Amino acid sequence: MLVTKRVEFSASHVSRNPILSDRENEELFGAAANPHGHGHNYVIDVTVEGDPDPVTGMVLDLKKLKEVVNREVIQTYDHRFLNHEVTPFDHVVPTVENIAIDIWHRLAPHISEVGGQLHGIRVYETDDLYVDYFGEAA
Amino acid sequence: MIRVTHVYRFSASHRLHAPGLSASENAELYGKCNNPYGHGHNYQIEVSARGPVEERSGRAVDPRALDRLVKEQVIEPFDQQNLNTAGTIFEEVVPTTENLAREIYRRLAVSWQSVFPGAWPVLEKVRIAETPRNIFEVSDNA
Repeated sequence: MLVTKRVEFSASHVSRNPILSDRENEELFGAAANPHGHGHNYVIDVTVEGDPDPVTGMVLDLKKLKEVVNREVIQTYDHRFLNHEVTPFDHVVPTVENIAIDIWHRLAPHISEVGGQLHGIRVYETDDLYVDYFGEAA
Repeated sequence: MIRVTHVYRFSASHRLHAPGLSASENAELYGKCNNPYGHGHNYQIEVSARGPVEERSGRAVDPRALDRLVKEQVIEPFDQQNLNTAGTIFEEVVPTTENLAREIYRRLAVSWQSVFPGAWPVLEKVRIAETPRNIFEVSDNA
């Protein structure tokens, strides 16, 4: 069974690869390369797979999952300029793809604290753009 | 691999009327959707593509390339049109949202290589909402 917890954070970023010139970045990313950055209200769906416990009837304690997500992701990401304040985005472009992959890596080692197994991370950058990441194996 | 989904919208009218059925059979089958003058919807489509994240851009799908493809193949032919008369297969095929989903997938698949010439990203699925309560999804296996 899949269980999804939704959380939100707001952050700014600039789509910019530091190894490229200003001109190359502008060609590649357009307006999103504005060096002063711009922001989004990101929505994260954390999906965990597991079997409901016969006693509690739950796959996991959603309260605990929320605590773990807050501790491992939200506290780091919320109200930050990702390129300047959150690793690895000093050298990895903070596209929505890379944000989803980073959130997966931050959460995967800690899901065992709450039960179940991390199944997928969905990140909405806007209502009209989202990505799904299911780990390296998928 | 990562799956990237972009959402697009268009508005169009249609009439559900199967040419192989009689007028009364059509009226019975499609009900008010068979109204001879047609009716319209705000369609919302989700286009999902899958691929590895390219290191240089941090992206798996170039959003401008996908926008261009969807605009040419879907938005321009269908937006603000009567689907039954817009010069597409729906002059012959009933423009149910099932058929519309398949046609949109087919159009994107046919032109995909011209916009994404490499091995990645690949088109994974198209999901179309005729209204927020009626949703259809097709992928390469369906």
